Amino acid sequence: MLKIVGYADAISVRPGGRIKVMVSCPGTNRFRAEVRRIIQGDVNPEGPGYRDEPVGIDLGGPFPGRIQPIHTGSYVEVGRCGPAASLESFTIALMTAPSMPGAGRQTLACHRDPETGAGFSLHLDDDGRARLEVGNGNGDEAGVCSGSVMLPQHWYLVVASYDAASATLQIEQQPLRRYAGVPDRGAATLQAPTAAFTPAGAHVSLLIGAESSSTAPICSPFNGRIDSPRLYRAVIGADAVWEGLTRPSPDRRLIASWDFSLQMTTQEVVDRSPNRLNGKVVNLPARAVTGFRWTGECVDWTQRPEHYSAIHFHDDDLYDAGWDADIEFAIPSNLKSGVYAVRLVDDTVAETDVGPTDEYFVIFCVRPAAGASNSRVAFLMPTASYMAYANHRLGLDVPGTETGMGRAIELSPHHLYLQEHPEVGLSFYEVHNDGSGVFHSSRLRPIVDMQPKVQGWLGGRGSGLWQFNADTHILGWLETTGEDFDVLTDEDLHAEGLASLGGYRTVVTGTHPEYYSAAMLDALQAFVDGGGRLMYLGGNGFYWRISYSPSSPGAIELRRSESGIRPWEPGAGNYYHSFTGEYGGLWRRNGRPPNQLAGVGMTSQGFDVSSPYVRTDASSDPRAAFVFEGVEASVIGGFGLSGGGAAGLELDRADLAQGTPPHALVLASSERHTDVYLMTPEDMLDPTPDMSGTQSPLIRADLVFFETPGGGAVFSTGSIAWAGAMAWADYDNEIARISSNVLRRFVDPAPFDPPPRQDGQT
Amino acid sequence: MSRYRIDADDIQFAAEFLEAPVGYHSPGLQRVLNVLRGSGPQGKYVLIVKEPYRRWGLGRLPGRRGAGVEIIPDVEFTDLDEAEREIFRRRWKDATGNDLSL
Repeated sequence: MLKIVGYADAISVRPGGRIKVMVSCPGTNRFRAEVRRIIQGDVNPEGPGYRDEPVGIDLGGPFPGRIQPIHTGSYVEVGRCGPAASLESFTIALMTAPSMPGAGRQTLACHRDPETGAGFSLHLDDDGRARLEVGNGNGDEAGVCSGSVMLPQHWYLVVASYDAASATLQIEQQPLRRYAGVPDRGAATLQAPTAAFTPAGAHVSLLIGAESSSTAPICSPFNGRIDSPRLYRAVIGADAVWEGLTRPSPDRRLIASWDFSLQMTTQEVVDRSPNRLNGKVVNLPARAVTGFRWTGECVDWTQRPEHYSAIHFHDDDLYDAGWDADIEFAIPSNLKSGVYAVRLVDDTVAETDVGPTDEYFVIFCVRPAAGASNSRVAFLMPTASYMAYANHRLGLDVPGTETGMGRAIELSPHHLYLQEHPEVGLSFYEVHNDGSGVFHSSRLRPIVDMQPKVQGWLGGRGSGLWQFNADTHILGWLETTGEDFDVLTDEDLHAEGLASLGGYRTVVTGTHPEYYSAAMLDALQAFVDGGGRLMYLGGNGFYWRISYSPSSPGAIELRRSESGIRPWEPGAGNYYHSFTGEYGGLWRRNGRPPNQLAGVGMTSQGFDVSSPYVRTDASSDPRAAFVFEGVEASVIGGFGLSGGGAAGLELDRADLAQGTPPHALVLASSERHTDVYLMTPEDMLDPTPDMSGTQSPLIRADLVFFETPGGGAVFSTGSIAWAGAMAWADYDNEIARISSNVLRRFVDPAPFDPPPRQDGQT
Repeated sequence: MSRYRIDADDIQFAAEFLEAPVGYHSPGLQRVLNVLRGSGPQGKYVLIVKEPYRRWGLGRLPGRRGAGVEIIPDVEFTDLDEAEREIFRRRWKDATGNDLSL
């Protein structure tokens, strides 16, 4: 089990910038810290050997260790409650579609002082029945329950009130859809023996979707959708509430009428009433999801926002762990651009005895000072994809993962920590506790699989590296080339666009840059179109569209709409991102298949063993002579640390129909893979029994080169396993040589000549 | 997850597995593995890394987030193929009720 975990407030900084590191120590009371440059993170004895180096930044310390908790669960907080703090009689009403009724108490809306008990709480009780509780702050409490258990995923109108004159509580629970013999409708009235309600004070926030107590900031978080909550200063019947929800008209009894369909791209929650009791969402619940008014006639919330007046809350949502900083430091002006980590170590352990549970690496990128770099090469650190996979639980939650791996699941210490600490939050590969897909990921939390030295599940037999640590095979190779290189992140590319790549001749990708925002794709395409050179040393790149939040730094959104290899689907009607209004899903379905940029696009995946490439006749084309300089073999890459071959894990193919340029040269292809490799759903239109790796000709990695009109060029490997082959035999092999050949030519300013015209004319 | 039921005719595929646990398999063995490897997550056998790339223990997944992984005592592997074979034997018995007589 890990003794230390942590995260930083930034993923990318320039010299002079500052970084804060937040640390929690479940296994030690003292830690030391240092900054190291990460050179090669694979600790497999068969590999080239782990390498990092200290950089001489004094962080102070040792530091006292403490446990910093994480509180999950999303909700709306209304901090200024106005007239809600002076209520006598009231009605709280809302629509709800619970996803886990019966899974413990879950709060719908509450305004209750956790110290005195004054106020009200409307919630589902342990059995899944709507219940209103009130308290007067003097120890008197009363509650009334609908008496009927709600059905999951069904819409209900819930109306609960307190009449001050008679000390009477009422609650009504009405399903929108009724089934014969299903008793999910209920109502009850209770007369309290004494005045049971005093409003919570103005200092107490009104919460929708959770409650707070004196011991925990988030209690009884709700799972499911809540739509159109309203608060009245009088007792209102269910029929009148329904009338108000479906035919809105001014109602002077309304204190608040929250409309979740407004400002859905933000964290703001708007109250339409004149009181403007506006709030904020906390921990990124899903907005822009279908509400009770949704009819199916429109699936784009930007066209009919009123159909999207619900928020889907989850008890395991998390945006920002919110820990206190333990370390803060500035990046020295002379620090070279690169991948760095703050290494946190249990200070009760001597350096010579440090094992995997004693240390933790908080990763970040240092860019060059503006205008200070002469590097011709940029490594584009695919941090959006790191976040997409952040803390993924495929080997813990999903039985089929082992089938796709074709070998047993291995659990390292960071996996065991993840299993016991789900509060560190989920990845795009999980479903929430209620079974709905995870739309958001954030880097403001410990990401235990974004470290050097760690193994993943999907990296194939051998080193088994995935995402960040797999990319250190590329960092290690770049070191061997002697070519000076800078590092930037997806966030930089997204924020600054093409300007972030200014001055570079060649961009080198990571092994699996799968998740791309529109701004990222635009920038990289413009770089290539303008004469830049792209070395895509990976597989399944540029596949899913993501959005960065304009208002929540470090958060991204994904809706896996309609197709693709996907662990969940977003639910009917929930196809458009809330952050931006973009249509989610595959870039291929958004008119920009990866083939247009890279010449290849996703075609298959399998995580057991990898294969070599076989050179084609096109590899003898003079246009590609520089690629194979010094390489005589016709079969290349029958080795490697990622499955024992250069072509494996996730594979891309050239495909003219998907936008591969017609003049692209397919230099080599893998020819056979195991039967855990299957075709993708987007290609598998009519499933037949011949769609696996030993049979389907589509299941292959294509090695592709093509020139661009601006004098640039693209070299794509179409395989995640390529980097693991580069690192084989200490980077002394034909795959590393091919890569170095390409890099050498790609940093040469001489423009690539366009290929001869296919019609023979000049 | 597979609904295929392993029977006595599949013993030939067990023999094939013991010969080469990882990599290319016949369609018959793949079908057996879809059953045995696709089980879980509750009770699923997993390897516990004791020393990266060198030593592994054996555990079973709890199938519930937040719960600890059950560690099976006194089992240690220094070879991944041997670990695959041991897990296969245990699952074979769970699926068929019989020890694998190979």
